[in-house]
Amino acid sequence: MDGLLPGFPEPVLDSQRVFRAVLDAMSRPGSLVELPLHVTAPAPLEAATAAVLLALADYETPVWLDGAAGNDRVRQHLRFHCGCPIVPDAGAADFAVVAEPAVMPPLSAFKAGGDEYPDRSATLVVQVPTLTKGERWTLSGPGIRDRATLSPGGLPEGFRGWLAENRAAFPRGVDVILTCGWLLAALPRTTRLEG
Amino acid sequence: MPALHTSDPHTEQHTERRRRWMGVLAKAAPDEVAAAWQRLAPKPAYELLRRPETGLVMVRGRTGGDGAPFNLGEMTVTRCSVRLEGGAVGHAWVAGRRADHAERAAVLDALMQDPARHAAVAPEIDRLEAAMATRRDRAAREAAATRVDFFTMVRGED
Repeated sequence: MDGLLPGFPEPVLDSQRVFRAVLDAMSRPGSLVELPLHVTAPAPLEAATAAVLLALADYETPVWLDGAAGNDRVRQHLRFHCGCPIVPDAGAADFAVVAEPAVMPPLSAFKAGGDEYPDRSATLVVQVPTLTKGERWTLSGPGIRDRATLSPGGLPEGFRGWLAENRAAFPRGVDVILTCGWLLAALPRTTRLEG
Repeated sequence: MPALHTSDPHTEQHTERRRRWMGVLAKAAPDEVAAAWQRLAPKPAYELLRRPETGLVMVRGRTGGDGAPFNLGEMTVTRCSVRLEGGAVGHAWVAGRRADHAERAAVLDALMQDPARHAAVAPEIDRLEAAMATRRDRAAREAAATRVDFFTMVRGED
């Protein structure tokens, strides 16, 4: 237990701030939202990834960690602060954390919900090396006036195709939060990639 | 007498000893813990891993001591976790809603695990335990002083 790091300095207010940031990002897909607070994160997680988990994960939400994120420090941190179950099966998780996006499983590996309960689906937190210097994407869909752009880097070849499949299965599908340092952007299941 | 601390924190002995001092800190009077904290020198530097937060826990009992479990009732507890500068982590779940009690108990728990500080802190734990025993003893004697023995006269019905 010696490697424990502190959680939010103000647990109630900071959870609300992070929730608001995620809500803003989800309602304006593609926009970059900066987190309004400081947290220390266990490596290899970055601040935004750790903050989203601290705010959203709890004892009712199974969390899946990819190979890079699944070290003992991260597990201990999440168990201590969130009390969330950590599951080895990607298809059983409500939240999935990807710290090494280049080798991530396809979006179809995660829970997409059912036609009756599309809300019973997974939210992916994908930590990317950049949100501004990668391949330029043009987005459209609910929450976007005309067009929005986002330039994430480090994602696997097939990611664009996975997003299209995910969009096609609406109302089922997963929602993706991209994080980088203190920044986050969201790609909810309603967002379309142009071109 | 065995050494009060071992370098391996995962032995059963260590767990038992830690259980004892955490229990003492949890049940001690907040003012006694505050007094123990006052006597502590130098005060360690620490950061809060989890700020003191108050909630309810369900206390369970077993009928007759070892029978079927039942819920006795909820009690108010305050929990807190700290990390000392050296890296030792201390936890406390204490009775009541005193945040300062929980925070000090967590720091004392961390110090008790630190081989360098253990010997200086251990007497405070003994003192708290003795104070608790005195309190319990006095309460028992006060209760005993008002004891009434009932008895039934044999009714001559033959």
